Amino acid sequence: MPHRLEKRILLEHAEDPALRTLDGYRRLAGGYATLERAYKEMEQDEVLKRLEESGLRGRGGAGFSMGKKASFLPRGDMAKYLCCNADESEPGAFKDRELMQRNPHQLIEGIALAALAADAGHAFIFIRGEYDEQADILDTAVAEAYEAGYLGTNILGCHRDLELVVHRGAGAYICGEETALLDALEGKRGNPRLKPPFPAVQGLYGGPTLINNVETLSNVPHIVDKGPDWFHQYGTEQSPGTKVVSISGGVRRPGNYEVELGIPTRELIFDIAGGPEDGHEIKAFFPGGSSSPVLTAEEGLDLPYSFEAMAEAGSMLGSGSIIVCDDRVSIPHLALRTARFYHHESCGKCVPCREGTNWTVKMLERMVRGEATPMDLDIVSSVQQNIIGHCLCVLGDSMAMPVGAMVRKFREEFEEVMANPELVLDPHAVVQGAPETLGAQA
Amino acid sequence: MSELPVDPAVREGRVPGRSSEEIPELHEVGCPEELRERIEGLMGRYPDRRSASIPALWAVQERYGWCTPEGIRQAAAVMRVTPAYLESVASFYDLLHTSPVGTHRIEVCTNISCWMRGADRLLEAFQEAAGGDDANFYVTGFECLGACDIAPMASIDQRYYGPLEAAEAGVAIDQLRAGQEVLPDKALAKRGLAGDA
Ligand SMILES: Cc1cc2nc3c(=O)[nH]c(=O)nc-3n(C[C@H](O)[C@H](O)[C@H](O)COP(=O)(O)O)c2cc1C
Ligand code: SF4
Ligand code: FES
Repeated sequence: MPHRLEKRILLEHAEDPALRTLDGYRRLAGGYATLERAYKEMEQDEVLKRLEESGLRGRGGAGFSMGKKASFLPRGDMAKYLCCNADESEPGAFKDRELMQRNPHQLIEGIALAALAADAGHAFIFIRGEYDEQADILDTAVAEAYEAGYLGTNILGCHRDLELVVHRGAGAYICGEETALLDALEGKRGNPRLKPPFPAVQGLYGGPTLINNVETLSNVPHIVDKGPDWFHQYGTEQSPGTKVVSISGGVRRPGNYEVELGIPTRELIFDIAGGPEDGHEIKAFFPGGSSSPVLTAEEGLDLPYSFEAMAEAGSMLGSGSIIVCDDRVSIPHLALRTARFYHHESCGKCVPCREGTNWTVKMLERMVRGEATPMDLDIVSSVQQNIIGHCLCVLGDSMAMPVGAMVRKFREEFEEVMANPELVLDPHAVVQGAPETLGAQA
Repeated sequence: MSELPVDPAVREGRVPGRSSEEIPELHEVGCPEELRERIEGLMGRYPDRRSASIPALWAVQERYGWCTPEGIRQAAAVMRVTPAYLESVASFYDLLHTSPVGTHRIEVCTNISCWMRGADRLLEAFQEAAGGDDANFYVTGFECLGACDIAPMASIDQRYYGPLEAAEAGVAIDQLRAGQEVLPDKALAKRGLAGDA
């Protein structure tokens, strides 16, 4: 049974392994009925209008209106493309994995409907190479959908075609950035491109391309089926709908939970995910994956979990992934882990990111070793400021924002660690032992 | 203000080398029949055949254990691109190996959520258990694998396991050596949905 505070729409019936099959999807969720209705009875503009009016915001990080983005694609006979971003590599995010593993057909149906809205004839699911198991599941589901006539040529006799290819990446966070994803899909090294032109105008193979996240597209069948008003029943005015939230770190029940946007963050972390372990308190948390500026417990726990509330608090909802740090976590070490990730994943194309991530790591290493001077804290802060807004893509900012926030909000702890590196909490195993076993099946 | 000149690579990415003298001919590379067919099949899935470079490199890696120089030349000959181009693609991605690696690949996540739950110790435990047997085991720390709910976790031969105790590293290595199923109780595939316990 889902928690009473959960609201499962995308994950409805997801506990049943049968949902993964075409038969199960049809039987349990009435699957593909919407596709059938839309392909047979609806025009491109009608589908587009529903998506626009729903106010569905992208679930991949930026929160841009999905329908609006789809409407930016030019009309005409040129080849248009749809890419589903299943790269999910931001630390803390694991919701797309769950959606693909448990409900692959919902995604495929969403892609087929979005392709109708964008008039795209070719679609790709770009899935990170590490998700081999999920890619196998998608391969099977795609084959079933072709077999049943929901993909391919002349779909359901409606004179529309859609080819769908599952494309496995090979391990590079930057390929989640939409233009790097396009390069990777074109067979190149995954380096971001200069924007504009935006992919909606000039994307894959130079053609207009709609790029959306797995969760965004998984919402599409529900919206096209039940309409924008139904969708607006859930969530807040600016953040309609539900969100599958990945919660991990120092909580008792880490996992993916689907809730209405706008739920109090405290309920998410305490009631649903069980809160911190006995005898511990929450010190800070990332509200939207490792790229979002950390919020202290005081700042963040009483905010509604919505795009607008997190933005107002100077952070972001991002991909909707909460990483909780309890009182055992050393923030300077956390900053170092965070910076190392972005340093490793920087594609190296532009200087502020390539050099900025490198120097940030070096300085943070000096700090936790007790070799830094007090001035170094200000230098770290100024390096972060010089990265923000000066890079080709936002990977640089994605390090600078959280690291900058940690230095700003926990300056005393940095100073303490710099002065007494040997006093630091065990930076290795901060939360001891394994979490409570969740829903482990017999 | 007039626009500064922009290197086309900034807009379009690096374009595959196409100079014909650098592209090996198929008959020069001794490409196994099934590898050629597999790569050609992959190329056929895309509007532009060059999109198949990552899948083709996956195929090479599956066939030879890593992206060997010969394997890369074979794929290049099939795809009609230069080996240097495919090499540059392979070297960009963490999961494609351009030097030999052990038969079993173990990636231990050491990112934030796993680190908080003891990932560094788990990585050490795997390294110790593998004990320098580089022919059989490739053990490496890795960035977030997208399974922080089962932290600390590892990917073993492209399947996810967690939450792992350090002591389970040795168990997993022994199971791999004996050709047994690895840590059946810890496989991600067998878990229910969080909250449904
Ligand atoms: C460095 C970087 C990594 C990203 N990784 C992902 C990712 O893994 N998945 C994703 O959906 N979006 C990711 N994004 C956001 C995408 O660029 C893009 O905004 C998104 O896929 C659009 O889909 P949406 O509008 O449905 O959210 C990333 C962005 C950046 C800058
Ligand atoms: S910001 Fe970093 S990752 Fe993005 S293009 Fe520049 S160097 Fe590459
Ligand atoms: S931090 Fe280890 S899987 Fe995400």
